[in-house]
Amino acid sequence: MKKLMSGNEALARGAYEAGVKAATGYPGTPSSEILENIVQYKEIYAEWSTNEKTATEAAIGAAYAGRRALTTMKQVGMNVAADAFFFAVYTGMRAGLMIVVADDPGMFSSQNEQDNRHYAPFAKMPMLEPADSQEAKDFVKIAMEMSEEWDVPVLYRTCMRVAHSASPVELGERVWDDEKIPEKWVRNQEKYVCSAMFAQKKRPMIEERLIKLVETSNKIAINRLEWGDRKLGIIASGPVYHYAREIFPDATFLKLGMTYPLPEGLIRELAAGVEKVMVIEELDPFIEQQVKAMGIDCIGKDIFPRYGELLTGDIEKACAKAGIIPWEKVAEQRDLTPQGLPGRSPVLCPGCPHRSTFFNLARMKDLIIVSDIGCYNLGALAPFHATDFMGSMGAGFGVAHGFEIGGIEKTGQKIIGIVGDSTFFHNGVTPLLNMVHNGSNVTLMVLDNYTTAMTGHQDHPGTENTLEGKGKRVDIEKMVRAIGVEHVLKANAFDVKAVDAAIKEGLNHEGLSFIIIEGPCFFVGKNTKPAFTVTDVCNGCGTCLKLGCSAIARSEIVDEKTGRKKSSIDPVLCVGCTICAQVCPRKAIVSTQAA
Amino acid sequence: METINFLITGVGGQGTVLASEIMAAVGLAAGYDVKKSDLLGLSVRGGAVLGHVRWGETVYSPIVPEGRVDYLIAFEQLEALRHLGQVKSSGTILVNQQKIYPVLVSSGLAEYPSDEVYETSLNRTAKAVYKIPAVDLALGIGNSKVLNIVLLGSLSSLFDIEPTVWEKVLEERVPKKFTELNIKAFHEGRNWMKGK
Repeated sequence: MKKLMSGNEALARGAYEAGVKAATGYPGTPSSEILENIVQYKEIYAEWSTNEKTATEAAIGAAYAGRRALTTMKQVGMNVAADAFFFAVYTGMRAGLMIVVADDPGMFSSQNEQDNRHYAPFAKMPMLEPADSQEAKDFVKIAMEMSEEWDVPVLYRTCMRVAHSASPVELGERVWDDEKIPEKWVRNQEKYVCSAMFAQKKRPMIEERLIKLVETSNKIAINRLEWGDRKLGIIASGPVYHYAREIFPDATFLKLGMTYPLPEGLIRELAAGVEKVMVIEELDPFIEQQVKAMGIDCIGKDIFPRYGELLTGDIEKACAKAGIIPWEKVAEQRDLTPQGLPGRSPVLCPGCPHRSTFFNLARMKDLIIVSDIGCYNLGALAPFHATDFMGSMGAGFGVAHGFEIGGIEKTGQKIIGIVGDSTFFHNGVTPLLNMVHNGSNVTLMVLDNYTTAMTGHQDHPGTENTLEGKGKRVDIEKMVRAIGVEHVLKANAFDVKAVDAAIKEGLNHEGLSFIIIEGPCFFVGKNTKPAFTVTDVCNGCGTCLKLGCSAIARSEIVDEKTGRKKSSIDPVLCVGCTICAQVCPRKAIVSTQAA
Repeated sequence: METINFLITGVGGQGTVLASEIMAAVGLAAGYDVKKSDLLGLSVRGGAVLGHVRWGETVYSPIVPEGRVDYLIAFEQLEALRHLGQVKSSGTILVNQQKIYPVLVSSGLAEYPSDEVYETSLNRTAKAVYKIPAVDLALGIGNSKVLNIVLLGSLSSLFDIEPTVWEKVLEERVPKKFTELNIKAFHEGRNWMKGK
């Protein structure tokens, strides 16, 4: 009986079946559900690590110890992890190791678009790419066996449309004796100490291995020629294979499950057997350039876009434009959606602890607000528009220091760096050390909501729980003081005036100041109190609407004196956080309990 | 056979993800090949959400190709309008008669589309349009949260799949203490379609 599973669920099942014993990662869309599913299998140790590099190192160590291991990350996390997996290509391991990266073509939830397939030739490791949930499961075992046969980590590249789509999966059994103790470690410096003298000796082997892996790529069952009509031979991998199959049901396909190194033999066989080769791939011309380097002409990025997703409709339109398919085959384009519909971007939830910070920051002038990745980046959007920058994890501190050494404060503007709690631990601590050591004079804030909220409420070193259960909580204030920050301030996120005062005190302080704004994410505390309501006293001034709370809206009732519409609060959405009542200049917002 | 394409739209927190899960499971139980895709990401509430479900003999892509939606199931009026361009002229629209103002509208920075725009746009798009008072029907049996299952009940009446197949999937997918409520909601939506 087949089971409907998402790609991420199926990958987790694959890890179970393949006898994986250790799994690590840092949350990030669209990869987060992999570990959340793996932790359901009690046979596998699973943890959220502090960042992707730490997670990768832990997985590498577990594979050194002799246990099949994997690590998961989102597409940009790959850049953080890179320093670790490059050396593992040199050392090899004592058991299979898989580096799982979930790409995000179309940038649905990422700060940039990047094609992580390039990391395979860059780090010189083989790469597999599943196209659906069945492959997402099956490829784990194939990757583990390949990793062990060739003594090299395997890059497992998935993407949003595999991770978050579901299709039927045939399940298998776990192939591992969980009682087995790892073999005793024997010191082997030539293999595991990556100093230059040892690494230089191994360097030729790294190249020779890739050449030999081409033969594996030619023979492996997941790379297959599907002969059909001989006019067109299409090379595709991942979900793009399915999009293309739907448009060309009768064409010849070379369906690739292993995309590095490429199967040169199969590609030449395809080219010899069809009139024209076409490479359909999302993002960069990764396969196309290699095919062309083999001296084989092909259609590729001359007709397909180099960025964004390449869905069925995009492929159809590009092919029709190039005369490969008739326009009649393309779905009729009906212009039926009314123009100028208001957008519905995500907003800070009712009861969010970040609301007070951005309400206050939006009212302050001459500030450069250097922000970071997390729910608090919604402070960039309406109605706050209260940030100047967001780039990468930890950059909220790192770039704030850069503004300072660039001398921007001479313009009279002040700098404030903001990171969230999980982001602080991920990569905010090292820029803080840098600022303390180099005598920085900026104001830093940690918005501590006791969770990694945006990716679905995962733990981090500042929480008491771990992925598997109880852990030790690292206290941000103690840590920051221990590092050498002298001016540390704290404020309750649900006290608007206290937050305002803390920010102002931090900005007025000569020297580095560090403000911790504390308050649980609503979904951690789930502390629902009686809803608030708007009384007749409201004159429609609109201050509460500047909080960007989806529970508050303008009503149809007009205030006679001002002619403005009064506010109203949706009792179903309101969780009683009190912030609107605190900012109302006329004290018109009261608890339904008091009303 | 032609693949049947469903597009589910709504606002985060309305129960669209569970609805698309149930539709995929029902398709599988009815003997179809099935694929489904949800656009997930931010865990914050209140953003627009989109789900794709496809039933067929062999389904390739998990995403409904552009312009090929057979059934648009909209949980909110504005979110229905946003995706009208995807619906086939032979398609069907089921829409929950509910307005949820985006913050841009509630804070006075944008206008919610007028009822006139809403009506004319819907009617010129599809062969059949069902405007379902799902919130009222759900409240009628005691809980507005089951509006998603009310809509599935309405949808079910358009297919030759035994209601027991849907009921069995519901039993598997919803918490035990809410099974009865959900099955009631399903029939509430299904009965509303009678004579429409």
